[in-house]
Amino acid sequence: MIEKILAQEKIIEINSLVKDFKKLRAVNNLNLSVYKGDVFGFLGPNGAGKSTTIRMLLSLIRQTSGNINLFGNPISSDRKNILAKIGAIVEKPDFYGYLSAYKNLEILGKLTGKEISKSKIMQVLELVGLDSRFDSKVKTFSHGMKQRLGLAQSLLHDPELIILDEPTTGLDPQGMKEIRDLITYLSKEKGKTLFLSSHILHEVELVANRMIIINKGSAKVEGDVKDLLNAKKLKVSFEVDDEQRVKELIWQSGWKEKFESNTKSVFIFSLENHEISQLNKYLVDNNISISAVIPKRSLEDYFLKITEEAS
Amino acid sequence: MLTLVQIELYKIFKKWRTYIGFIAIGVLVLVIQIAFKYEGQDTINYFTRNIRQSFVFVGNLLNGYLVAFLIMNSLAIHIPFLITLVAGDLLAGEATAGTYRMILTRPVSRTQIIFSKFIAGIIYTALLILWLAVSSLAAGLLVFGTGELLVLNNQIIIIFEQSDILWRFLAAYGFAALCMSVVTALAFLFSSMVENAIGPIISTMAVIIVFVILSALNIEFFQNIKPYFFTNYLLSWKLFFDDPVDLSEVLKAITVMLIHIIFFFSLTLFLFRRKDILS
Repeated sequence: MIEKILAQEKIIEINSLVKDFKKLRAVNNLNLSVYKGDVFGFLGPNGAGKSTTIRMLLSLIRQTSGNINLFGNPISSDRKNILAKIGAIVEKPDFYGYLSAYKNLEILGKLTGKEISKSKIMQVLELVGLDSRFDSKVKTFSHGMKQRLGLAQSLLHDPELIILDEPTTGLDPQGMKEIRDLITYLSKEKGKTLFLSSHILHEVELVANRMIIINKGSAKVEGDVKDLLNAKKLKVSFEVDDEQRVKELIWQSGWKEKFESNTKSVFIFSLENHEISQLNKYLVDNNISISAVIPKRSLEDYFLKITEEAS
Repeated sequence: MLTLVQIELYKIFKKWRTYIGFIAIGVLVLVIQIAFKYEGQDTINYFTRNIRQSFVFVGNLLNGYLVAFLIMNSLAIHIPFLITLVAGDLLAGEATAGTYRMILTRPVSRTQIIFSKFIAGIIYTALLILWLAVSSLAAGLLVFGTGELLVLNNQIIIIFEQSDILWRFLAAYGFAALCMSVVTALAFLFSSMVENAIGPIISTMAVIIVFVILSALNIEFFQNIKPYFFTNYLLSWKLFFDDPVDLSEVLKAITVMLIHIIFFFSLTLFLFRRKDILS
């Protein structure tokens, strides 16, 4: 894994990034690296500093200190060349409401400095399912449609890096699935690098290969999504019918080492994956009726905790 | 840069607020022309009643030139308000709509954005003055015909021959466009500071009103600095209807205007290049 990472080209490299808004430190000594071909999940609760970081990546705001390198060059000194290789949605996608979807894309296409053909504009509109509404004014669009149009504008100039800030916000489940499918398509079929911010762990888990969790502007956890989410230890809740009997069984056996806590009839154990079925069998063999077994990954618990704190 | 200016002009002329100025000027000019058509001769007779005892007036005094001159005299001071409707929205409108995020994440420098928007604003301003010229002078000449222009300037009546009038109007309209460009530059500056177009509109008008009041105060300090206020020259287009035209005064006015435009624009550029885009 390490050799693989070392061999890969760094598309985004952030070192010791800090952003202060007067007395508020929005981003605090953040470090991260995104490699070519990554779908990188940038996870954190609302107000964690995700959008602020993305704005700094795109030079919409200046960092207080630290370095941002994109495609190997500092964004501050090579802004135009770097932005030519990036497509982005920053927070909610806003457009010129008095213009049509097509005209908005045409204007944004011209700003990229590349010749964007009519067929290319229609192609990206088709990709996001808006080709039939190409001539409608954007002010008539729902939030979900604007979100799709935001995605379309980010793909318009065929960028190498696509930065998506909460791209599924406001979408219905079907719309969310379509966006996830599109992200997978862009990554797998087109070889794009994606930087995906979200406050939903499950969403990142479904599409990303690497991720970072930030909270209060600082990185908390970073690594391979599979490694982080399939960590050996799981917190498993067993909902049983006989609380007293289960307590006795636990204290008589080696399972007391794995026991963490209980709330009435719900017992929580810290188990490895293969131990779940063993404990289940042990309890059933001792005539305990089990109504639910709910495994929870410790990262999920952790993320839930910081999300609750933030809200 | 040309593409960027075209985009900005396209956006400006796709907004209905852009046409408020054109409609307002068109309606006002029409109303004034209708009024002059029916009562203009009586008005001229009233204002010239004293000198008619000593002079005999021949020819068409109520002509397109006189009507255009009077219209410009009435409207020039009010046009800044119409200009701020668009100029105040040039940058603040992007912030309000949230579209800064879209355009500033493209490979275009902030300097290019500022230049293209400012140039588009100046073109809009020039077109508004051109519309004033076309609607008042061209239409006036069609309706009222030509003739000599009688102007009362500092209690002195000056009569310009027909062949000596048109260039004065063209120069006056050009000068007015420059004056209004200062207003555009000021509104543009305020527009770069806020996220709502109402602020720049009110702020620009407030600055104009404050400076006009300060200029009018009969206090030596203000009288000394008055020549440096751009508001002092909002009606200086009339210099072209002096005989002879005081070129040194015209040049001074143009210099003060240009310095203001350069100062306001440079400050806008400086602030915008450093601005954190949070909208």
